[in-house]
Amino acid sequence: MWKWLHPYANPEFTYHFTGKLIPWFKYLTIILLSIGLVWALLFAPADYQQGDSFRIFYIHVPAASLSMGIYVGMAIAALSGLVWQLKLADASAAAMAPIGAVFTAIALITGAAWGKPMWGTWWIWDARLTSELILLFLYLGVIALHNAFEDKNLAGKAAGILTLVGVINIPIIKYSVEWWNTLHQGSTVSKLGKPSMSVDMLWPFIFCFIGFVCLVGLITCIRFRTEILARNSMRPWVKTLVLSEAGLENGKEKANAI
Amino acid sequence: MTSTSSLSYRQAFGLILKRDLMIAFRHTDDIVNPLLFFIIVVTLFPLGIGPESNTLSRIAPGIIWVAALLSTLLSLDRLFKSDHADGTLEQMLLSPHPVFVLVLAKITAHWLVTGLPIILIAPLLAVLLHLNELSYGALFLTLLIGTPILSLLGAIGVALTVGIKKGGVLLSLLVLPLYIPVLIFATSAIDSAAMNLPYSGHLAIIAALFFGALTLSPFAVSAALKVSTN
Amino acid sequence: MQTKSPLLISAKNLTCIREERMLFECLDVAINKGDIVQIEGPNGAGKTSLLRILAGLSVPYEGKVFFEDEEIDNAREVFHQNLLYIGHLAGVKGELSAQENLTFSLNLKGLNSDDAEEVLSEVNLLGFEDALASHLSAGQHRRITLAQLWKSKAPVWILDEPFTAIDKRGVKILENLFMKHADNGGCVILTTHQDLTIPAERVKKIKLEYNFY
Repeated sequence: MWKWLHPYANPEFTYHFTGKLIPWFKYLTIILLSIGLVWALLFAPADYQQGDSFRIFYIHVPAASLSMGIYVGMAIAALSGLVWQLKLADASAAAMAPIGAVFTAIALITGAAWGKPMWGTWWIWDARLTSELILLFLYLGVIALHNAFEDKNLAGKAAGILTLVGVINIPIIKYSVEWWNTLHQGSTVSKLGKPSMSVDMLWPFIFCFIGFVCLVGLITCIRFRTEILARNSMRPWVKTLVLSEAGLENGKEKANAI
Repeated sequence: MTSTSSLSYRQAFGLILKRDLMIAFRHTDDIVNPLLFFIIVVTLFPLGIGPESNTLSRIAPGIIWVAALLSTLLSLDRLFKSDHADGTLEQMLLSPHPVFVLVLAKITAHWLVTGLPIILIAPLLAVLLHLNELSYGALFLTLLIGTPILSLLGAIGVALTVGIKKGGVLLSLLVLPLYIPVLIFATSAIDSAAMNLPYSGHLAIIAALFFGALTLSPFAVSAALKVSTN
Repeated sequence: MQTKSPLLISAKNLTCIREERMLFECLDVAINKGDIVQIEGPNGAGKTSLLRILAGLSVPYEGKVFFEDEEIDNAREVFHQNLLYIGHLAGVKGELSAQENLTFSLNLKGLNSDDAEEVLSEVNLLGFEDALASHLSAGQHRRITLAQLWKSKAPVWILDEPFTAIDKRGVKILENLFMKHADNGGCVILTTHQDLTIPAERVKKIKLEYNFY
């Protein structure tokens, strides 16, 4: 039943496949984010309670959701790598980790910028902020652990184990606003049921959210391809690729060098 | 010619436990140094923050727990590093027993030598920090259930970094975020006790963390050891 | 189920990549009962890596290892019961005495260790049983580990440079032990830089080459 997935386990196939995806992600990102951000930051109505400072919501919430989503993606990739020994799964987890870390940092910083006008403080040690901060540490730990190994395959496996150990943090972040009495507000948009936001604010939010998702997809594809090349540098298909990209003018010298 | 003799899980557990305890007691600075570190760190706080009794008793639970975390971190190195360096870890991984049994035995030995002294010394240090009298029970219980969690989770970090040169600082970065939940619940339990409020709920959560760690950590440690000895 | 196949350890399509250097690829190995196999090659060719893959310590980039036609990943406990691996590292703890070390190693594999003292005298460590291993030399550490060979019931012996720090007489004793083990239906897979005095027709060789990338 999963036979159609088999070609994707081949590094060369996936390298070219993700190469084809990149232009799509690039254009979607540019279109969606330019519409979304301009609409959200300039034209969407101001919140009746918080005024214009509410506009950070359009960046903060996608960043926070993506910080968790990327981690879950890494955890799934790590699980695939450990259970089915897929080398590409390890590569994708290595590709995603820095992106996730950056988005977590963006979520924390935009959250602090929003917290000052809204709650009167840059930071508070409530359940959600603390667990998001722990998420940042987990990301940094995974990146550091990956870099500490010289052999990339071992690095991927070790980072995968750490990712899986830390995945328990994600439900804690998600449900922290329900389980504990926190200063952070509850969720406004849920998958089922009507969102508790007005429609004029919902649409720019959706544009921004999907735009950011495409941005993550774009950067992941680029980093993923780099990881594939790095891990397969001794394979013949990489050598032919390098030679053909270097062009035929220097072809002879390159051929002699390799 | 295939042989089938092997030990039961209990015998294998006991064999490794006995060996590790024997090694620890012949190498007593491994036991004493982290304990001394614990004591010194705790005494630094009154010196740094000022000896005002009210301030100290308010932050005493946090000081003792943070010092316990750091002291355990210091002692974690001992868990797998020397076995990895002299090749006995490989032999244990190649023994006919499931790795999680051996890992549990090593972690138990580690806790007996590191966690248990902390639990016994902590009440004395709490006196130095003017800990509220109502909190002593909570302090003892949180440490009793909490220090095994520190050994269990710390073992995962050590297993991941044992093959890396200079993995000590990286170990702290990996393990301390995992320790944060235990820290939060333990200190809030002790604070609740100080206000004469029930803290059995906090203890129940710490116990849940303990059982979760007990069942899951040996498998994570085994997987990590196999990666580190690759 | 009794298998009549003489195959003890085999491997298919082994590819080993270490730190981005391809050591060997698509290697097939078949070792039968009674074989003494020497893996040769220059330093860095991948001899230790191959031994560790066959012992199940390292996971190859590609390929699988079989013990008696069963994948070792599916039958770890059985494989470990039938394997004795002695690698570069001595596997001896400095804080324990020679006898305690040997006793632990034997007990770990489920072997009786009551005669540990006699076994230590076989490896010329008589009188050193109670000496802490930290006071012994590297060669003596090696001998403590090699003492297991006298008591081991495992058919598969994988030995990485077993003759390191062993004198000529010791090497001869070990070679006789290997031949006896092979005659009894076991197999010995080893690497060594020294010339073996075992008759050439009894030794099979696997030659590995050094690849630059």
